[in-house]
Amino acid sequence: MPTALDILAVLLILANLRLLGSSRLAACIRAVALQAVILGAAALLVNLSDLDVRVVIIAVASTGLKAGALPWLLRRAIRESGAVNEIEPFIGFTASLLVGVGLLGLCFLIGSPLSAHVAAESGLLITVSLFTTATGLLVIVSRRKAVTQVLGYLAMENGIYAFGMAFAIQEPLLVEMGVLLDVFVAVFVMGITIYNISREFDHIDTDRLSALRD
Amino acid sequence: MPIAAIIQVLLALLLAPLLPGVINRVKAFFAGRCGPPLLQPYYDILKLLRKGAVYSRTTSWVFRAGPVLGLAAAMVSLTVLPLGGTPAALAFHGDLLLFAYLLGLMRFVTMTAALDTGSAFEGMGASREAWFAMLAEPALLLGLAAMAVHTGSLSLSGMLDGLALADIRGPGAPLLLLVAVAFTIVLLTENARIPVDDPNTHLELTMIHEVMVLDHGGVDFGFIQYAACLKLWALAALLTGVLLPPPGGWPPANMALGVALILAVAVMVGVIESVMARLKLVRVPQLLVAASVLSALALALVLR
Repeated sequence: MPTALDILAVLLILANLRLLGSSRLAACIRAVALQAVILGAAALLVNLSDLDVRVVIIAVASTGLKAGALPWLLRRAIRESGAVNEIEPFIGFTASLLVGVGLLGLCFLIGSPLSAHVAAESGLLITVSLFTTATGLLVIVSRRKAVTQVLGYLAMENGIYAFGMAFAIQEPLLVEMGVLLDVFVAVFVMGITIYNISREFDHIDTDRLSALRD
Repeated sequence: MPIAAIIQVLLALLLAPLLPGVINRVKAFFAGRCGPPLLQPYYDILKLLRKGAVYSRTTSWVFRAGPVLGLAAAMVSLTVLPLGGTPAALAFHGDLLLFAYLLGLMRFVTMTAALDTGSAFEGMGASREAWFAMLAEPALLLGLAAMAVHTGSLSLSGMLDGLALADIRGPGAPLLLLVAVAFTIVLLTENARIPVDDPNTHLELTMIHEVMVLDHGGVDFGFIQYAACLKLWALAALLTGVLLPPPGGWPPANMALGVALILAVAVMVGVIESVMARLKLVRVPQLLVAASVLSALALALVLR
């Protein structure tokens, strides 16, 4: 199913751009959750010829975790901290979109030589996985709110997951579950941290934490 | 020049004022009102054509030339657009650039006519028009470039031959989808519809198109309204005629299908206007940049 995979890849790019261009935290969370759903569907599509229980379990578990549990945690963090919008990011939303297009071009340049080494149908997936990772990095460095930075981290993880999928790396089940658990614990801890930061300082703008004195 | 190509230009000239009528009826349906008659835009234009025009003493020939040149540019742009699988009357290598710049010319004469009145309010409208059009143009041109690379043709009519029905289900699907969304945003922007501009508000501080034509009256205003209808038709024809492959059948049936698709675009615009609010003025550039990004993405997909 090369076309369906292409459409999923394009949807993944659009979800990335939504993450870059949206100021509403809830919309950003939905974009990252959508990425996880797309990746789950793509994981099933890539392995459609030899679908076994292991693949299905991993796809369903990671999708459920990244599209269900983690967004729920982050929504809770938003509710507790009362932050609705990302206000005055270091790189504006329109500028972020333009930087995103630049990054996409760069990823096409880097991705095409890599695509030659894998099956043709997942060629676009490599470019997109690189772009998703780059988007996550961009979001981490350009936003003030702790929630958005966690979302950037999740987007990066999604990108790495897509990269592994494109190369059809058959990691053992244990490693994949370990990575998932890591992400879960990390986001869980970050959720608690966000809650505590907002309770202490009435906001979750991380750049102002650097000016703290005791 | 084949007779079908001439018929399709005549169809456009005749049926274009129907589009705003359809949009208004759809909006009325959503609001639970009866709405104006379908043919109301025709009545308006005919009424305006019977009136005389009043010109301010501060205006010059630029102000009088604006509506005439704008209407001429809109009419000429119709001759390069294919409809329902029929190639355009004036199809030639590179006519997509002519199409883009005819739209640009139309905008330019409207803006200079608005500036010529010396009214600060109209100048503000012209400034906004220029700002948004500048952002919408990359979306249109990058989208056309993606289509040109994909079909291997620099002519709007030639793109039709390059597209096959299989493309919609096959490898062209992501590309066509992206370009279609980008062109829809361009259509809404160029025709001053919601979410960019609200055609119903007069004398509001955020409007764009209406404010530029406030000082035109009588025949001139009729020309402007007719030109706006033609522009809406042209962009709807671009959306349906270039992106959808021809069904390949009896030519008159194809032509009827093409017209039906354009009317369907008008219904879609009506639905969008009914379910959406106008964006904040500062958010509009973001929408337009997003449209350009979609087009750029489409281009990246074909060039990869």
